[in-house]
Amino acid sequence: MQPGPDVLVVVPALNEAASVGMVVKELGAAVPDVAVLVVDDGSFDGTGAVAQAAGAIVVRNVFNLGVGGAMRVGIRYALAHGYRAVVQLDADGQHDPRDIPVLLAPLDPDGPPQVVIGARFAGKGEVTVPWARRAAMGLLAHSLSRMTGSRLTDVTSGFRAHNRATLRIFAHTYPADYLADTVESLVIASRAHAAVTQVAVEMRPRYAGRPSQSAWRATVYLFRIAVTLALALIRQRPEPVEPEEVPS
Amino acid sequence: MSGVHLIALLSALATLVVIVELSRRRQLHPKYAVLWLSVGVVLGVFAVSPGLFNRLAHALGVISPPDLLSVLAALFLLMVCVYLSWEVGRLEDKTRTLAEELALLRREVDDGGSR
Repeated sequence: MQPGPDVLVVVPALNEAASVGMVVKELGAAVPDVAVLVVDDGSFDGTGAVAQAAGAIVVRNVFNLGVGGAMRVGIRYALAHGYRAVVQLDADGQHDPRDIPVLLAPLDPDGPPQVVIGARFAGKGEVTVPWARRAAMGLLAHSLSRMTGSRLTDVTSGFRAHNRATLRIFAHTYPADYLADTVESLVIASRAHAAVTQVAVEMRPRYAGRPSQSAWRATVYLFRIAVTLALALIRQRPEPVEPEEVPS
Repeated sequence: MSGVHLIALLSALATLVVIVELSRRRQLHPKYAVLWLSVGVVLGVFAVSPGLFNRLAHALGVISPPDLLSVLAALFLLMVCVYLSWEVGRLEDKTRTLAEELALLRREVDDGGSR
C-alpha cells in the first residue's frame, strides 16, 4: 500500500522532548498525508506538548506503561478511528520517516495479518552494535526466522508496519513487558498465522538520549531475551478482538 | 495441656480475632477472610486435641509429628505466595488496561470539546 490518510504512524515517546518535535516535523515532510499519533508514555519533560506543537495528535498515558503499553494505546486508537495500517516509529530519530513508503510497499491493508519489519542489518545502514548484543540478536533472529518461516535479521527493531488484521490481534495482547514488546509480538503474530517479513532500512544515530549499551547490560539483555522467547513459546495464543468504532 | 499447645491455641485465637475484626471493619475481603479463618480453626483444633494431629502424622507414616507440621506449613505458605503473585499480576494487568483506556478516553473528550 501507499502512505495516505488511512495510515497512522504511532510514535511511543518517553522523555524525548529533545527529539520528538524534529521527528514529527520530518514525518510531516516525508509522508504528509499520513496521520501521526505520539503516545506520551508518562513523560515529565513536556514531550507531549512539544509533539502537539509540532502537529501530532497526542495521547498521554497517566503513568509509564512501557513501549508495549504505549503501542496498545496507539493500536486501539487506530482501530477505533478506522485506520487500515499502523507504522511504529521511535521518537529518538533513529528511524528515517523517508523509509515509510518502503515499509508500507509490501503491506496489504485488507489482507490476512501481516507485519513488515524495517531491519537495519539487511544490507543498509552503518550503526555498530557490541558483540554480546549482536550475538543475542543473532540467536533471536535465528529462532524467530524458524518460527515465522521467513528470513528475519533484526527482530528487535521498533520500526514496523502492521495491517488492520494484525492490529486486531494486537489491540489487547501487544506484550507490555520490556523487550517482549518487540520479540514476543512477533511470536504472537506468527502464531496467529501472520506473515512476518522484513525490508532493509537505514538506521541513523539518535537525535538525543544515550543508547543503552554496556557489557553488563548486554548480558542481562541476552538473559531476558532467552526468558522472553521461552515464555512466548509456551504462552497460549490470544484471540483477535472486534474493534469498537468511535462515533465521529 | 503443654506449653507448645497453649501457644498454638493462643495464636489460633489471636488469628481468629484479628481476621474477624478486619472483616468487621471491611478491611479484608471475604475470600481472604475465609482462607485465614480456616487456618485459625484448623490450628485451634489441633492445639486443643494434639492427639488428633499425632494420629494423622502416624497414619501418613511420619515418625515425628512436628516434622509434618513444618512441611505442611511451608507448603501452605508457598501456595499462598504463588497465589498472591498471581493476584498481583492480574491487578497489574487491570490497572494497565485502565490506564490505556483512560488515555484514549481523554483524547476523545478533548476532541469532543474542541469541535
